[in-house]
Amino acid sequence: MHIIDRRLNPRGKSLVNRQRFLRRARDTVRGAVRDSLTSRKIREIESEGEVSIKTGGITEPTFRRDSHSGNRDHVLPGNRVFRTGDRIKRPPSSSGGGGSEAGTGEGEDEFRFVLSREEFLDLFLEDLELPDLAKRRLTGSDSFDIRRAGYTTSGSPSSLSVPRTMRNAMSRRLALRRPTSAEIEDLEKEIARLEAKARPTEKDRATLDALRERLVVLNRRRTLISYIDPIDLRYRRFEQERRPISQAVIFCLMDVSGSMNEHMKELAKIFFILLYLFVTRCYRHVEIVFIRHTDSAQEVDEETFFYSTETGGTRVSSALEEMLAVVKDRYSPLDWNIYLAQASDGDNFTRDNVQTTALMRNEILPIVQYAAYLEVSNPPSGGVPGDDRATSLWQAYSEIGEAGGKFAMRRVHSRKDIYPVFRDLFSRRGTAAHVS
Amino acid sequence: MNAPASTLLYSGSDWNFDTLQRIYEACENIAIGELDLNVYPNRIEVITSEQMLDAYASTGMPIFYKHWSFGKQFLANDLLYRKGLRGLAYELVINSDPCISYVMEENSATMQTLVIAHAAFGHNHFFKNNYVFRQWTDAEGILDYLEFARHYIARCEERHGQAEVERVLDSAHALMQQGIHRYPRAAPRNLNAERRREEDRRAYEESTYNALWRTLPNKKPTTRETRDMRQKSLGLPQENVLYFLEKSAPRLRGWQREILRIVRLIAQYFYPQRQTKVMNEGCAVWVHYNILKRLHETGQITEGAFLEFLHSHSNVLYQPTYDSGHYSGHNPYALGFGIMEDIERISRNPSDEDRTWFPDFAGCGDPIDVLKDAWANYRDESFIAQFLSPHLIRKWRLFKLDDREKDDEVRVAAIHDEQGYQDVRRTLARHHDVASLDPDIQIVDVDFDSDRKLMLEHTVRDRVLLQREDARQVLQHLADLWGYQVILTEVDAADRKTLNSYAIDPRPGIFY
Repeated sequence: MHIIDRRLNPRGKSLVNRQRFLRRARDTVRGAVRDSLTSRKIREIESEGEVSIKTGGITEPTFRRDSHSGNRDHVLPGNRVFRTGDRIKRPPSSSGGGGSEAGTGEGEDEFRFVLSREEFLDLFLEDLELPDLAKRRLTGSDSFDIRRAGYTTSGSPSSLSVPRTMRNAMSRRLALRRPTSAEIEDLEKEIARLEAKARPTEKDRATLDALRERLVVLNRRRTLISYIDPIDLRYRRFEQERRPISQAVIFCLMDVSGSMNEHMKELAKIFFILLYLFVTRCYRHVEIVFIRHTDSAQEVDEETFFYSTETGGTRVSSALEEMLAVVKDRYSPLDWNIYLAQASDGDNFTRDNVQTTALMRNEILPIVQYAAYLEVSNPPSGGVPGDDRATSLWQAYSEIGEAGGKFAMRRVHSRKDIYPVFRDLFSRRGTAAHVS
Repeated sequence: MNAPASTLLYSGSDWNFDTLQRIYEACENIAIGELDLNVYPNRIEVITSEQMLDAYASTGMPIFYKHWSFGKQFLANDLLYRKGLRGLAYELVINSDPCISYVMEENSATMQTLVIAHAAFGHNHFFKNNYVFRQWTDAEGILDYLEFARHYIARCEERHGQAEVERVLDSAHALMQQGIHRYPRAAPRNLNAERRREEDRRAYEESTYNALWRTLPNKKPTTRETRDMRQKSLGLPQENVLYFLEKSAPRLRGWQREILRIVRLIAQYFYPQRQTKVMNEGCAVWVHYNILKRLHETGQITEGAFLEFLHSHSNVLYQPTYDSGHYSGHNPYALGFGIMEDIERISRNPSDEDRTWFPDFAGCGDPIDVLKDAWANYRDESFIAQFLSPHLIRKWRLFKLDDREKDDEVRVAAIHDEQGYQDVRRTLARHHDVASLDPDIQIVDVDFDSDRKLMLEHTVRDRVLLQREDARQVLQHLADLWGYQVILTEVDAADRKTLNSYAIDPRPGIFY
């Protein structure tokens, strides 16, 4: 008998088959993935997830007997009440299947499975053909830190480590038994004492000779073994450390006053998701802050952000103020890459526009990497293009202009507009010159 | 009384390879020494749960050709497993020589003991001795054949493109259950030789190929063949549709025929498993139960381990009653093991009733001998028909319902009483006869003189017709392979009246 450990065999033996299945069902799966755009939460978008598709194209038919026609008999266990000849009302939907019908795979009109994160993103982004965009620009700006990294034997005098050098010297002196000053002083005292004797004996003279000899040896030893030697020197070592800018925060600002309908919110949501996907590809750690506003603004969770409606006036500057407050509180512009995505239908109190523009230009644009304003409107009806009349917010923001490539504004009517607009917004600096 | 610790095979639930070896030897002593089983050499492979999912997806085979439907299987199992809706089987065993059993690393030591007893001895003995397996499967050659099949299909993909090959496989899979010879012929198949035969066949075709022949004008048939002569020359009627297509479809190319052949032979290899599920599982459960019981009696496993075993054992044997809501047919493990335990009881300790029903072995005192005979010489249908006792029919309170299409009510035809035993037993046996569960579809004729229509007939028993949408799709595959129109008529078995018919044309551009 052999026991074989197969656990270390290459994994994913069925990977090929899995890929073939996905390829075969690609169109349906892609549709399902795309649909999940609107149902998934933004944070879930990138995780692995369950997808269900209709089985069209992936059924595997076989000849099987129709379970609704014909005469059949069943043998069942557990009779407690029946006698031969009893008649029983047929149970609805022929549930008493008996052994012969078990597992004929009926009602298999939906197929559910889990896609891995990579598979999901592949299908999602394949559909969108998300280009490399401005990745390089965003990730190229690593900063450097100087950090101590132990000791070295060479360096500039300014980085000499005195304690470390002295410690080395002392251990060397101890190891090589360099005579201390105290030892020599004691010896000299002894010699002086013997020399001072008026009538030295024969023994004293002999001792004196030996002591003198010893003093010579010790003094020679002292000159040979130096107090501090070049090999004792130690210098502090410094290293430059690369510190990638690894965190980003996205501010999602949305007008939720009564004029924003579900259609507009959906457009906004898709836009925010795209932005999230894009930024998570550039940074290791991404946070999202949702701020909604009517005539006053507050930070909310995702659920509230997308699914609640408020009524009231609109004061866009309130949202910008709230954002600045959050930045001040938690996201120092020194440590965080800040992105702003703002969606609105463009209605604003006329007298608020000046304030809004000023906040945007003077306070926000200096601290963010990028700010995008997305104006959402109702789909064009009956072939008539959407209402392109400039809204008050649009007019106000138009004054800001491109602001060195940091600010962009676009208007969308329907889902299919979003991707081109997104691509336009995030393509390399200088290529996003025209306004749709 | 607890045995001294030194005789214990293991303690706790952890195991390592030494433990496995000891467990295996202890099981072997009982299986071979006491139960007198006859098995193929064993090979035990430790795998992870992910690898178990992989193995599931390709019908349990360690080597298989590539096809999207295995990926679909994988994804479906994977989801159920992740959601905890379905645990994985603890073991998977392959009818090969040596017999390969997979055990999962997550199993506890007790579960490994159970699995080794169940698969490496129970299933293994059954595979080696049962006549259906002996007749139809080639344990020695199967792994080599699968290796050949995988290479052959991969080579076809290189030569003809993945999409082309996939179409043939899709169509062949749809007809897989119609690719079985249900009745034995003289020579058992040797799958090892199959590979050599294919190679010879192609070499011959290549060596005799002469492009000139293609330019010869088609000869007009001088006389109209009679239907009888034609049927005889084509070997009709033929129930093995894949076999017929492989031999006679006019427009298929050589490699396409070979793929049909591969799918057909694999279907044939699995056919015995479908015919003997109740017996095979029953045998494995009976063997593991007796081995574990002996291990416990001889103090080689602890009380705790034995309790853990009993827990899994009774889970496997759970049979809900028809009205419980969990009911989904008869549990083959419970049915098979129940009958085998009953055989033991009748052999040792029969009642008068048993003596009348089972005069051959009631009170013979040697149940293992009776069981070994049953395992070797029966399949599910004949096993139930022979061994299901009145005692069990009463114990399980089996009853039979008649369900007539035209009635609103179902009638209780038989219950567990004197009058009912035979009827219940016969009906339950028939429900385990795969040949009568699969629809009886045969190719009856080909119109070779005019438009090469292929005629099939479904002999309808009890007025149970084919499920329409599926039938239409399978026939579409069949028509594509055949290349011309296919007609399927559903004919009542009793009065030969036509109940339904399909006529499907091939889709242009699929194969031709």
